[in-house]
Amino acid sequence: MTPLLQASAVSKIFGGLVAVNEVTFEIPHKSIVSIIGPNGAGKTTFFNMLTGLYRPTTGMIAFDGTDITAMRPDRILAAGIARTFQNIRLFATMSARENVMVGQHARMSGGVFGSILRTPKVRAEESRVHEKAGEMLELVGLARKEYDQTAINLSYGDQRRVEIARALASEPQLLLLDEPTAGMNPQESDRLTAFMRELRDERDLTILLIEHDMKVVMGVSERITVLDHGEKIAEGDPTEVRANPLVVEAYLGKQA
Amino acid sequence: MTASGFARSKNGQRAIVAVVLLLAVLYPLAFDTLATQMDVAIFVLAYVMMALGLNIVVGFAGLLDLGYVAFYAIGAYSIGWLASDHFTGIGGEKGIHVLVSDFVQSSSGIHVNFFLVLVAAMIIAAVLGALIGLPTLRLRGDYIAIVTLAFGEIIGRIALNGDEITFGQYQLTNGQQAISPVDQPFLPGVNYEFDSAFNLRPYYWTGLVLLCFTLFVNFRLRDSRLGRAWIALREDEVAAASTGIPLVRTKLLAYAAGAALGGIAGAFLGSYNNAINSNQFQFSFSIFVLAMVILGGMGSIWGVTAGAFALALIDRYLIPEVFDDLPSTFGLDFQLTQLSFGIFGFLLVLIMILRPEGLFPERRRKLELTEGVGTDETVYEARM
Repeated sequence: MTPLLQASAVSKIFGGLVAVNEVTFEIPHKSIVSIIGPNGAGKTTFFNMLTGLYRPTTGMIAFDGTDITAMRPDRILAAGIARTFQNIRLFATMSARENVMVGQHARMSGGVFGSILRTPKVRAEESRVHEKAGEMLELVGLARKEYDQTAINLSYGDQRRVEIARALASEPQLLLLDEPTAGMNPQESDRLTAFMRELRDERDLTILLIEHDMKVVMGVSERITVLDHGEKIAEGDPTEVRANPLVVEAYLGKQA
Repeated sequence: MTASGFARSKNGQRAIVAVVLLLAVLYPLAFDTLATQMDVAIFVLAYVMMALGLNIVVGFAGLLDLGYVAFYAIGAYSIGWLASDHFTGIGGEKGIHVLVSDFVQSSSGIHVNFFLVLVAAMIIAAVLGALIGLPTLRLRGDYIAIVTLAFGEIIGRIALNGDEITFGQYQLTNGQQAISPVDQPFLPGVNYEFDSAFNLRPYYWTGLVLLCFTLFVNFRLRDSRLGRAWIALREDEVAAASTGIPLVRTKLLAYAAGAALGGIAGAFLGSYNNAINSNQFQFSFSIFVLAMVILGGMGSIWGVTAGAFALALIDRYLIPEVFDDLPSTFGLDFQLTQLSFGIFGFLLVLIMILRPEGLFPERRRKLELTEGVGTDETVYEARM
């Protein structure tokens, strides 16, 4: 079976800086895989290429059999890749629910005239989307009283939850999480880890995450790819990666 | 319930709107059919419509537009071209007539019913609005403003020098000579023709209906999928794109919707003025409409309505009719009208100091202002 996502020799060069260098990478269906690496290794740049925010300088990315290299971000989302951001990017003045409603934009069809006339179809769509936003927020475990709270007033952990709910609302096949446990305490991290498994097992989602918390990474990932200075230096299951001297070196420096 | 509590509750708001609307409908009955107050009111209605149109672009989508006068011009010329003697020789001297009164039936040129022209003006302005939006798509903030400013000027210049642009025997615009007279609205079914020379009431009521339509469109768009998309891209383009919002389409729809409403207002005012003169379409008018939006509170529909109402009233009534001779009572040798833009400038500065979010700010805009929400980051790389 072909993998869900396949990146072949993808590079990104900013001026003279090679941020990502010929990375080849696969994500099998219904797996949870991680990208790790020291700061500045090119992880987020790689994410941005997968989601269309950056255009790869060279290389190709295929998702579910279609070439998505340099496709527009909204098209990529519609194709089934949703993401969260390292520094949470909610629409700050919208309520939690509205944020999740925006997340369903690509799955809606209401146009200008339909919206002005508020046709029965648009009306039905609006209430469906409203309801689904509630379901998604419930799924990520946001307290019901916070649904209509303005995003900027939510606690940090709740903001992370809402961002995941917004991504899930677009009905993705592949969910990209950029440091989802940043700023979480160990209990919250554990809960998120369990939640990721649940998403995979019950909703057939494939998950790719960038993560610094090694406990989370080692606990949840089936495969780990290690980037350093834009290059893939190791790949394999957690035990293999942990034992790889190159990885140890990248994180701790060369032994004198 | 306190008075302000009542004003904030849903029923309270409905009641207030109903009372204001009723007063607005009855307003003409308080004056003579040709009273100055009627003339003023008609302009106020048209200006509020324009401010509400601009509010979609600036207030909802957050795209600063300094060339909105272009759509006033386009709307006005739509009616100038489609409902006057301008194209005299067309149709073998007989002219082209669509659902017009017997009086107009006999004149040459193109004469399409006023209400059909409104629709045409909307479509033409929307298309041009989207076209003007195209070059701004990769820009942000101030740079968008500069491009729109240039387009406003281009349209203004074309209007001014359009008498030199000829095709066959026709001039494009007549420039400062103006296209005049322009057809008055006509209701084919009831065979009733408005005539601004005798009675301003029908014009007023037509304007009121058009304003209600404009308000309706504003509200419906704000509370729609598109309205949410506008707020999203206004606050964070990167997140909006990654959340599935097509940036180009969403921005162009904002430009087009805003332009369409400006086009309607322009056509209405063109017919009422009975002349389309290039002098009407100057840069200062764009700023004037923008000032209404800012004064009232960007993005807030009622705020913008109030802001536009206030500035239009000052511009058309208080300065020229009430206080015009004020300087002379202090022994000064000028009329207050000569100072009108100075006065608007002063009001804007005052608002910026005392209440930068506008008179009746929208909740989100206020948050954005106080919490510093929003990024200037653009999706630089993504193909548009």
